[in-house]
Amino acid sequence: MHLYNLTLQPPTAVTQAIVGNFSGARQQEIIISHGTRLELLRPDVQTGKVSTVIASDVFGSIRSLAAFRLTGGTKDYAIVGSDSGRIVILDYDPKTSSFVKLHQETFGKSGARRIVPGQYLATDPKGRSVMISAMEKAKLVYILNRDAAANLTISSPLEAHKNSAIIHHIVGLDVGFENPMFAALEVDYSESDQDPTGEAFNNAEKMLTYYELDLGLNHVVRKWSEPTDTRANLLVQVPGGQVASSDRFDGPSGVLVCCEDHIIYRHMDAPQHRVPIPRRKHPLEDPSRGLIIVAAVMHKMKGAFFFLLQSEEGDLYKVTIEHEDEEVKALKIKYFDTVPVASSLCILKSGFLFVAAEFGNHFLYQFQKLGDDDYEPEFSSTAYPSFGMEDPKSALPSAYFRPRPLENLVIADEMESLDPILDSKVLNVLPNSDAPQIFTACGRGARSTFRTLRHGLEVEESVSSDLPGIPNAVWTTKRREDDAFDSYIILSFVNGTLVLSIGETIEEVQDTGFLSSAPTLAVQQIGADALLQVHPHGIRHVLSDRRVNEWRVPEGKTIVSATTNKRQVVVALSSAELVYFELDLDGQLNEYQDRKAMGSTVLALSIGEVPEGRQRTPYLAVGCEDQTVRIISLDPESTLETISLQALTAPPSAICIADMLDASINKSQPTMFVNIGLQNGVLLRTVLDPINGQLTDTRTRFLGTRPIKLIRVQIQRNPAILALSSRSWLNYTHQNLMHFTPLIFENFDYAWSFSAELSPEGLIGIAGSVLRIFQIPKLGTKLKQDSIPLSYTPRKFITHPSNHYFYMIEGDHRVMGEDAVSKRLDELRRQGKTIDDEVVNLPPDVFGRPKAPAGTWASCIRIIDPIEAKTVALIPLEGNEAAFSLAIVPFAVKGGELHLVVGTAADTFIAPRSCSSGFLRTYKFTNDGAGLEFQHKTETDDVPLALMAFQGRLVAGVGKALRIYDIGKKKLLRKVENKTFSSAIVTLSTQGSRILVGDMQESVSFAVYKPPENRLLVFADDSQPRWVTAMAMVDYNTVVVGDRFGNVFINRLDPKVSDQVDDDPTGAGILHEKGILMGAPHKTKLLCHFHIGDIITSIHKVSLVAGGREVLLYTCLHGTIGILVPFISKEDVDFISTLEQHMRTEQSSLVGRDQLSWRGYYTPVKAVVDGDLCETYARLPGTKQSSIAGELDRTVGEVLKKLEQLRVTSSGF
Amino acid sequence: MSSELRYTANTQLEHLHARYTGTGHADLTKYDWLTHQHRDTLASIVGHPTLTSFLAIADGEAMGRVKFEMTERMLQPCGPPPRKDED
Repeated sequence: MHLYNLTLQPPTAVTQAIVGNFSGARQQEIIISHGTRLELLRPDVQTGKVSTVIASDVFGSIRSLAAFRLTGGTKDYAIVGSDSGRIVILDYDPKTSSFVKLHQETFGKSGARRIVPGQYLATDPKGRSVMISAMEKAKLVYILNRDAAANLTISSPLEAHKNSAIIHHIVGLDVGFENPMFAALEVDYSESDQDPTGEAFNNAEKMLTYYELDLGLNHVVRKWSEPTDTRANLLVQVPGGQVASSDRFDGPSGVLVCCEDHIIYRHMDAPQHRVPIPRRKHPLEDPSRGLIIVAAVMHKMKGAFFFLLQSEEGDLYKVTIEHEDEEVKALKIKYFDTVPVASSLCILKSGFLFVAAEFGNHFLYQFQKLGDDDYEPEFSSTAYPSFGMEDPKSALPSAYFRPRPLENLVIADEMESLDPILDSKVLNVLPNSDAPQIFTACGRGARSTFRTLRHGLEVEESVSSDLPGIPNAVWTTKRREDDAFDSYIILSFVNGTLVLSIGETIEEVQDTGFLSSAPTLAVQQIGADALLQVHPHGIRHVLSDRRVNEWRVPEGKTIVSATTNKRQVVVALSSAELVYFELDLDGQLNEYQDRKAMGSTVLALSIGEVPEGRQRTPYLAVGCEDQTVRIISLDPESTLETISLQALTAPPSAICIADMLDASINKSQPTMFVNIGLQNGVLLRTVLDPINGQLTDTRTRFLGTRPIKLIRVQIQRNPAILALSSRSWLNYTHQNLMHFTPLIFENFDYAWSFSAELSPEGLIGIAGSVLRIFQIPKLGTKLKQDSIPLSYTPRKFITHPSNHYFYMIEGDHRVMGEDAVSKRLDELRRQGKTIDDEVVNLPPDVFGRPKAPAGTWASCIRIIDPIEAKTVALIPLEGNEAAFSLAIVPFAVKGGELHLVVGTAADTFIAPRSCSSGFLRTYKFTNDGAGLEFQHKTETDDVPLALMAFQGRLVAGVGKALRIYDIGKKKLLRKVENKTFSSAIVTLSTQGSRILVGDMQESVSFAVYKPPENRLLVFADDSQPRWVTAMAMVDYNTVVVGDRFGNVFINRLDPKVSDQVDDDPTGAGILHEKGILMGAPHKTKLLCHFHIGDIITSIHKVSLVAGGREVLLYTCLHGTIGILVPFISKEDVDFISTLEQHMRTEQSSLVGRDQLSWRGYYTPVKAVVDGDLCETYARLPGTKQSSIAGELDRTVGEVLKKLEQLRVTSSGF
Repeated sequence: MSSELRYTANTQLEHLHARYTGTGHADLTKYDWLTHQHRDTLASIVGHPTLTSFLAIADGEAMGRVKFEMTERMLQPCGPPPRKDED
């Protein structure tokens, strides 16, 4: 087996975000890291919308990012710390729209190791140096400078190591133009490691250490080291240094040390200031629980600065420092607003706050005000004795605030993010859909969602109106060449034409010069200010003064097909003749003296737009009934001569020539594509050679069951093609590459561009007798998401065999259930406490729920209708019970009646795993599956993490035990058990009497149930330990598994062993076989292995294209969706593997990681080709493309075609 | 061990250990080994964003909190060291 791994949806989680002027223009941009991918975002200051400029896979794990700017520079660079053991400086080149690696310095081994730097990055605010640090010990300082040619230079590293020190955080100090300084938060473990009494551990101090880079001596010294709060976790830079023009100080310099419950201002030789972190005034708040800051951002304005710190609950605090020159007078903190908990916060100079949420959708907020003059209580260090540092060991009295909806910020934009995907199903339940949908359970806590993902572009409808009849075509046209917007909508009916004028309202007009008594074949704004209408009996040329010049078709003939552009008109007559017209310099339409006889009825015609600065386009494409397409010259030298011919497999129904940019073919200028739609729904796309008119590089695609119509439209001022069949598709250029995506909308009979004041970038379409005007807002997205909100983190969901409902379990740790909350509130009320209902009833999807101690759970069972996209029923679990697994079981003793069994546990602790009791709750379906009726509850001794139906009974993985249960009157009855598993059973699959058991740490075992002896026996397992997260059976002997470290692999059992086990009626043979390697008697063989870089949460074997091959689709925690496609032939394997080899040498990773070692992070890659790497072939420069293609004995077009074919035939994407 | 290392190893072993924290040697105690293992694991959890997310989701804590607690635990992941016998 050889597989091709292809990412359909790259990870959407943002692990870090930085802001800067990366393109060197005045506008600020944001670079976000998706863990394994870098993306440059550009927020539009006017509209407040964020758009992606570029995104590229780095084939490594990004651990830290920092922006810096050389002194006096105008452009920011990005420094990347990763698991490559290298520091990389990236520059964004706006010309080629790509990241360019300026420097790559190796300092250690690859991998996210404890003492290899890469975890933390800190830059000097003046851009003179950077510190890169590991989790422990190692810190390296690089000096950044310019050479004579103003190029960025980087020095060799200076060591600032400290043995046996654990590093919590580092930050660059703002010291103006004095020697650069870095602050680090360190703990030394050498004494605690030696002291058996544990006293040294208890007295271990967290040190705030300053490292100074002496630029004169080229040396790093420990300047200063003082103990600080032992629960400090984060450092924030405080502005400092003198302003160059005056002797004023920007700020006091130093750092904010964010600790549990407190913020301390700290600087060398300066008094400390400490304020408490205000807590929510919530009746259920646990005052003994510490509160830490998880994200921080400092913002400098003219002559002032402030900090926004975010607590782990999502509350933003505004922190300000009052200072006189370098002396701090007061440290102040107050509540600002509440936004989703962020992994990074970025403030833009234009007044926006970008919140890269740690889970769920990311947001761009706009500042309305800065919380300067509101009534929010402010806490100042001056209010406490010795600025809050009288007794640094004891806590300051708690400060409280009242959470409230946003006051200082408003949402400007939202970026959809699937992160985390916890479970998914792939099936086609939506009506009128020929491709399956991906249903995902996403999100964490109260911000969780259930999302339906459909392949296609989202369509936003702005107008829909009924028409008197059913038109067969629609056009829009301007009146003059230089009009900004369209003036007329022309609708063609079977026996007439209707013209509507676009103004404040859209209404019918009569006096346009168009013939209304006949259908229309084509409409064109021609010349400077004339209009043209082609109808079956002639061509009307309507001049600006409403005079009409009409060319009439000879008696007995009609026009069957027409194509036009601004200067040329070609019509085909029913006598299979072509008539060619061209506009002369006086604006007269002149017929070419000869007519061309085609010999076969013409079905379709197309000419391209007139190229800029030219008189005419030189090529005409003609599709004839004899299943050919001919390219005919329109050049004055050889007018109407046939240049080339292409045979087709079916009669053509439409042809469309369009000049579109596709960087994989030509980076600098658009390519001329001839798109040929066939009557059987197949689209051919060929490239027309502009020099000799030959057709090359044909690619085919099946669009739908109806004959194709093709329309050239404008999308974001670029040409695009709408292809209409039983589905509507859009072929467009995005980020210089060609995309072909279906529209998720009703099917159109015809469509055209539409441009008016209210909708400058719209499209107009007719579907039956309805006219629709619509836009396509999110170009570049491949999956349209529709979501419904959930209450808690979704854990698993399943489908029902006969109805379309989904059954989902949700659960949250450290959250009180509804019943516990109301009980606790009642108790507080009884004690005479006043409860602030407004605070209690704040929406949890914004504010989260109050944190409860470990072992507290909130959980529920939900029934979802995916077609209506709504929750049908919700069953909360009470008594601190949380659901972990579920299965629908047709119990044989009940005549195969379906039951829902939910595995729950009460008072569960995660590590080490324990519970007061596990339960198997059995429900009957009521109301056709829309409701559940509780039957009974069976106690178990451990948490049931996996359940599955098996031969009319239930198989349960209860902790380490695998059991089979049957249903009884009051309980489920345990029938047989196997307790040989080592940690906990997390996944189950079955085929026949075989059960595949995925263990939390010990990979997948093959077990078999032997009914005669009622034995449950493990007969094969894996020779390697694997931390299984998801598993699916590929066939009876083969299993695909995803593990916790981001690997996917395939194991296969020897078919001989399989037969031998199946032939053994009682299992006695297996029972007496000797185990190997302290495990089962047989071992599975590893067939394929690949590191994805994201934890797989579900795998399915599905076919994504109607009638297509089955592929393995996986979803991952950080929002990745990918597929593993089996290669069909040995030639393909050889070809693609060789291409991959070449790509490895050509395309070096942006973080400096070796692609092969990244894909073989834990175990070497086996029999899997990295499709994401191969697809970057399209972005390579032309010379490299052709040299690789030459090595492969192919043309560039053939390589690209093969890659596209692999993607399209397996996924349709 | 390559032949070159075999002769020079003894003199340089101490230096190597100081340089590469976490490498083992013949006289490593069970406690030291275990502590190294735990510290490596904890550093790996903080260093891999997916693993941090995984733990944060399971435990219902913020990712910042998970990173902080993991780093804190690196100080003494396996409790205090065992008492050394005098003999």
